[in-house]
Amino acid sequence: MTETPARGASVAQIMFPKWRSVTARMAKGRHEAAGRMILLGVIGSAFWLGAFLVFHRVLKYLGTTPEIGGLLAGKILSMLLLAFGSILLLSNLVTALSTFFLAKDLDMLVSAPVDWGRLYLAKIFETLVHSSWMVALLLVPILTAYGVVYHGGWLFPLAVIGALVPFFVLPTIIGAAITLVLVNVFPARRARDLLTLIAIGAVGSVVLVLRFMRPEQLTRPEGFRNLVDFVAELRTPSHVLMPSEWVANAIMNWLERVGDPLPLLLLWSTAGAFVVLGGSLHSRLYPAAFSKAQEGAEKHAAGLLWQRWVAGALRFLPVTRREFIMKDLRVFFRDTTQWSQLILLAVLLIVYVFNIQALPLYTGEKVPYLLVTLVVFLNQGLAGFVLAAIAARFIFPSVSLEGRQLWLLKSSPLDLRAMLWSKYWVGTAPLLIVAVTITVVTNEILRASPFMMFLSVITIACFTMAAGSLALSLGVLFPQFETENAAQIPTSFGGLVFMMSAILLLAGIIVVEARPVAAHLQAYQEGLADEGFSGELWWAMAKVFVLCATATLLPLRQSLKRLEALEV
Amino acid sequence: MIELKNLTKRYGKFTAVNAISVEIPRGTLYGLLGPNGAGKTTTMRMIAGILRPTSGTVTVAGFDVVSQPLQAKQRLGFIPDRPFVYDKLTGAEFLRFVAGLYGQSGPEIEKRTDELLELFELTPWKHELTESYSHGMRQKLIISSALVHRPEVIVVDEPMVGLDPKSTRLLKEIFRHFVDRGGTVLMSTHTLEIAEVMCDQIGIVFGGQIAAAGTMAEIRTQTNSGNGSLEDIFLKLTGGLGERELSAVFGD
Repeated sequence: MTETPARGASVAQIMFPKWRSVTARMAKGRHEAAGRMILLGVIGSAFWLGAFLVFHRVLKYLGTTPEIGGLLAGKILSMLLLAFGSILLLSNLVTALSTFFLAKDLDMLVSAPVDWGRLYLAKIFETLVHSSWMVALLLVPILTAYGVVYHGGWLFPLAVIGALVPFFVLPTIIGAAITLVLVNVFPARRARDLLTLIAIGAVGSVVLVLRFMRPEQLTRPEGFRNLVDFVAELRTPSHVLMPSEWVANAIMNWLERVGDPLPLLLLWSTAGAFVVLGGSLHSRLYPAAFSKAQEGAEKHAAGLLWQRWVAGALRFLPVTRREFIMKDLRVFFRDTTQWSQLILLAVLLIVYVFNIQALPLYTGEKVPYLLVTLVVFLNQGLAGFVLAAIAARFIFPSVSLEGRQLWLLKSSPLDLRAMLWSKYWVGTAPLLIVAVTITVVTNEILRASPFMMFLSVITIACFTMAAGSLALSLGVLFPQFETENAAQIPTSFGGLVFMMSAILLLAGIIVVEARPVAAHLQAYQEGLADEGFSGELWWAMAKVFVLCATATLLPLRQSLKRLEALEV
Repeated sequence: MIELKNLTKRYGKFTAVNAISVEIPRGTLYGLLGPNGAGKTTTMRMIAGILRPTSGTVTVAGFDVVSQPLQAKQRLGFIPDRPFVYDKLTGAEFLRFVAGLYGQSGPEIEKRTDELLELFELTPWKHELTESYSHGMRQKLIISSALVHRPEVIVVDEPMVGLDPKSTRLLKEIFRHFVDRGGTVLMSTHTLEIAEVMCDQIGIVFGGQIAAAGTMAEIRTQTNSGNGSLEDIFLKLTGGLGERELSAVFGD
């Protein structure tokens, strides 16, 4: 007699432990960390409000030019969604590796009689939520601004959800499929090492995204023969096959009351087809891939020679600090999930410097001092943003990575101050070198005056010290001790809080310096001042110094208290 | 050497350890027994300074673990129940790092590292990453790390789990020698035969409290157990396995 096998647990049953973990964590958060929630609320609200106001203003301004305003608004949305789409793809690749191959519940699920299709759907849902929530949160203020400016009405949020759900599903399916294929193709190496490949893939995608956007054409309307050409360029979809374009069209159609269902149809049918194709691929490749992902750990300890050299160079430090730094460096350079992110860092820096070089400042005629100074001043803000992103990748996860070994640190006579000190400097010292180097290089490219060079270098150094401290401290306040994948830590809730705080600090610095820089420029323009520093500027720099010193010391002190009270 | 006074740990409304008072003198191997969830691990983690007591005090070698943590921990070697080590360090690097946490380095530590790895038969894997180690090898590495700085007190949670018979015998001998030379060992275990043979004193924890404590003879007297084995006394104090529970498993 043949018996039809039971299909086992339902998708909801597979997801139940995860759901319970989330609700339990939230309940615990409500009771134990009111302070953290308030901090999160304040920073989050300020960030959301800021983003909303910026977009509201830009869209309002565009609304004053009726011929091209709507087109430009659609173009901006399409570019944003393309950028977010590439972030989502990368994030899904990294997350899928964890959810499908490294998660702790997999041994139990794979050994239980669970239907493959249900396991696939449950894991896809988990991957989607983990990798998309941050982008979804970032989109809220932006799309709210669109809804308000274009009078989207009360049903606008539903229209947005209808367009965004398939947009989020697509990179999840693609990310999971790519990870699945890669784990199958490279059986000899550990699954985590795949991130090297993923990072290299990201290099390509970043470059592609930059090319896709063609931003320089839009910023130079004078490059077009006439307005008709410019409008024609705006009307032409940059890439018809891109789901980001479909989402932008669906949203703009709603806002401009155009009754065209095609973008939504394209989105939903493509997402549906991809789920089916992804499921089919999963059923064929997953059992073998899962088995391969469990194979052999690495035995060889690399880089013994350079370590001897570094240990010699650090001989002046007390034993505990020296050993801690050496341990952190060894673990970093032997863990592919960590060092492979250096490739991303390199890409970020190259693209940044390249973009500065591509600015159409020096095209023959003499460039006004005002314009150069303004660009240099804005460059400071951009460089700060890039540095914050680097700190989020490398400094924020450092305490979380101690997770399972905290028993050792807490039971030893280690002064936790020494641990924080080591982690702060291991992360911040290289960041400081990068910060000063990119500031000097980009200012040289921009031919900044000595006055602006001095101001930028001091400001960026102060900001970097504070960003390092914020990253480390928020990593302590929002730790991810149980993570299976280091690359996922920066995309956690705490990582978002760090990025928002760093951006707020940067905005604070720019606000403090903007007025005296503007006053200096005006005085220079009117021939009332030379290129030197005015008293007001010195005063502004003192304020920036105090602001950054506070943002460095206070978080470090808080995180030390938190570490001391931490129970593992 | 280890003194617990009214040691209490609460998690919200749940009391994991309830006013435990124990004094373990120098040169004693003390066995802490109890069913799962009795509060043994919580007690040991408070002694190691990983958890903070809700109330009461812990003193190690005369130093209060909360108010003088560095002095107390300097004299302590802790071996946890789960052997989590840094996957990307080699065995030798891990031991050197732990010695560094205790402010020790140099040729003396290199020599000691080699001796410990040799003793636990880990020398062939000395320069391999610990991620390739088996559970038992990791356990042996952690035991080595607790000895590398020459502690006066060892607190060890379930030391025999994952060890092969040869290593188990070795560990028993190490603890006996350590105690004979004036050291103090506090060990939790579920292997009652080992506890009965090895330990100078025993404490049985149940529901976060000490149900019986002392030498085997003292415990027998306290529990009116005549010549009963430690297993009999343990089950008497903590509740045995009823037939009803067995039938629930097999569905009879």
